[in-house]
Amino acid sequence: MDESYDVIVLGTGLTECILSGLLSVDGKKVLHIDKQDHYGGESASVALSQLYQKFKQNPIPKDQMEAKFGRDRDWSVDLIPKFLMADGGLTKILVHTDVTRYIDFKQVAGSYVYNKGKIYKVPSNEMEAISSPLMGIFEKRRMKRFMEWISEYQEDDVKTHQGLDLDKNTMDEVYYKFGLGTSTKDFIGHSMALWTNDDYLQEPARPTFERILLYVQSVARYGKSPYLYPLYGLGELPQGFARLSAIYGGTYMLNTPVEKVLYDDDGKFQGVVTKEGTAKAPLVIADPTYFPEKCKSTGQKVIRAICILNHPVPNTSNADSLQIIIPQSQVGRKNDIYVAVMSDSHNVASKGFYLAIVSTIIETDTPHVELEPAFKLLGPIEERFMGIAEIFEPKESGSTDNVFLSRSYDSSSHFESMTDDVKDIYFRVTGHPLVLKKRPQEEEEEE
Amino acid sequence: MNSALTSIKLVLLGEAAVGKSSIVLRFVSNDFAENKEPTIGAAFLTQRVNMGDHTIKFEIWDTAGQERFASLAPMYYRNAQAALVVYDVTKPQSFIKARHWVKELREQASKDIIIALVGNKLDMVETGAERKVALEEAENLASQEGLLFFETSAKTGSNVNEVFLAIGQKIPLKSAQQQQQGQGSSGLRINDDSRVDLRAAQDGPAPSSCNC
Repeated sequence: MDESYDVIVLGTGLTECILSGLLSVDGKKVLHIDKQDHYGGESASVALSQLYQKFKQNPIPKDQMEAKFGRDRDWSVDLIPKFLMADGGLTKILVHTDVTRYIDFKQVAGSYVYNKGKIYKVPSNEMEAISSPLMGIFEKRRMKRFMEWISEYQEDDVKTHQGLDLDKNTMDEVYYKFGLGTSTKDFIGHSMALWTNDDYLQEPARPTFERILLYVQSVARYGKSPYLYPLYGLGELPQGFARLSAIYGGTYMLNTPVEKVLYDDDGKFQGVVTKEGTAKAPLVIADPTYFPEKCKSTGQKVIRAICILNHPVPNTSNADSLQIIIPQSQVGRKNDIYVAVMSDSHNVASKGFYLAIVSTIIETDTPHVELEPAFKLLGPIEERFMGIAEIFEPKESGSTDNVFLSRSYDSSSHFESMTDDVKDIYFRVTGHPLVLKKRPQEEEEEE
Repeated sequence: MNSALTSIKLVLLGEAAVGKSSIVLRFVSNDFAENKEPTIGAAFLTQRVNMGDHTIKFEIWDTAGQERFASLAPMYYRNAQAALVVYDVTKPQSFIKARHWVKELREQASKDIIIALVGNKLDMVETGAERKVALEEAENLASQEGLLFFETSAKTGSNVNEVFLAIGQKIPLKSAQQQQQGQGSSGLRINDDSRVDLRAAQDGPAPSSCNC
């Protein structure tokens, strides 16, 4: 197949698949390769038998496994747990590219926060806020004034700023103005703004303001929680964008390792050699595993534990899906612990089973012990798979060698930082910002 | 018009250049184009068929750029209720490939998927080209595997509509749309009919921000 393309993409993780889809829609001729035999890379969802093979040295035989946990094919376990913010960046890309046609989404039933040994539902509306045991009566009034400030704030109307400057005042100063106490700050900063540590307190308030607004607007979309989740697991997302790329002319080659990367005399990317021959293109987009020498560690390592339960998580009103945030200050840590729980209602587990994925950024030499506070909340655990992932980022922007690399998926509970990476790479590759245009709709007259 | 509407996801499978897209173009637009370029940019094509008091809406998925190197995503088969496995009656290799796709569908797709085996380019045999896949051979495969079977010509339109009508007749009425209601729901359990429509929400007026 000695052929030329406009872009070669290596790896079918979500970041790469979105870029492949967007560039194909732009009219670029895309060749998309994965060394593995399935879509998704690190953002794949796998069957239970694959999970055993990946994480256990002596996986139990499939018949025993199915006797205990039901049919293998009913399982679709995310390797990296995340949710979509209903009003977030990924949702917008999904809608504007029409990839929503391929994937069904459901809400996540609830968002919970850990406070003094117990978990509480994060209020999703005014009524829940008034009755929430998280705050005392006076604190609720102060919180109400704070939320009014958030929702009424207009950039060009100084009166609505109430004397605060989002770019000058720190978030701690904003909290101080509204008289909010430590546990409310924890609650706002970690379960609404979704910061994983407290560094944000001393930084300008704008990013936190925007995160709270995103949370509030996401909750307002469908109620219940700000989160959405695709049926059959997150692995549907890269597949959906790969299909978008394919229907706009993208060519897909799975199970195809890259044997050699070709550069010209100036060190610029020229193409790749695979078992199918040489494919040329002026630039390549890839995940860090294809160019380890061009990446560096961020110094952060994430530990993730995938737990199988045969019961709902205690104290969650039998929720079929939820998030629990354990703020760092509550358990004497620097980073929050996240728990994402899904079940058969989102078609990712066999009937009657629940998947709880616990994750945090490692702080000690005994990372599995760091997850204990979360395990305690889950009740009996039938099976546990633990893995540690190092977070990588590209050393350079790609402007000198035309090799454009994505970042590893981080420990955040949603896709906002991944979406930022997509936009950033898109800008570096094309030279213009990503503008989401609505695709023309075919006639769809439903009665 | 209040006749019941059933949507059917139908996937196309078969070697390159056997006429998959041409069959669909004939069915959807009653048209044929020599040297047809692969369809660009259609999520899937749709066509409605009236069956008595019932309307079936076919959502037809093309393999697009994922078939050349055998890189179809599991999503392609997911929840497909019908499949067209197409071969070219003048190309024996394409029939071998068709057997392979039938096997693949049995492994990957849902148990009760309706599969139609379609030998296309019959017009070429009628105008003097040599038939290379015997009628009996295809009939045998169809009866062994419980497939619908037709020989068609997308060029003349011969038998094309019949394929889709036969699939329509085999689809259990309403079953495609039936939503299993979540039983014994309590607390925060979400029922099966609670899928959110992202498009509707984003097209509508932006919700006013929270007033808590």
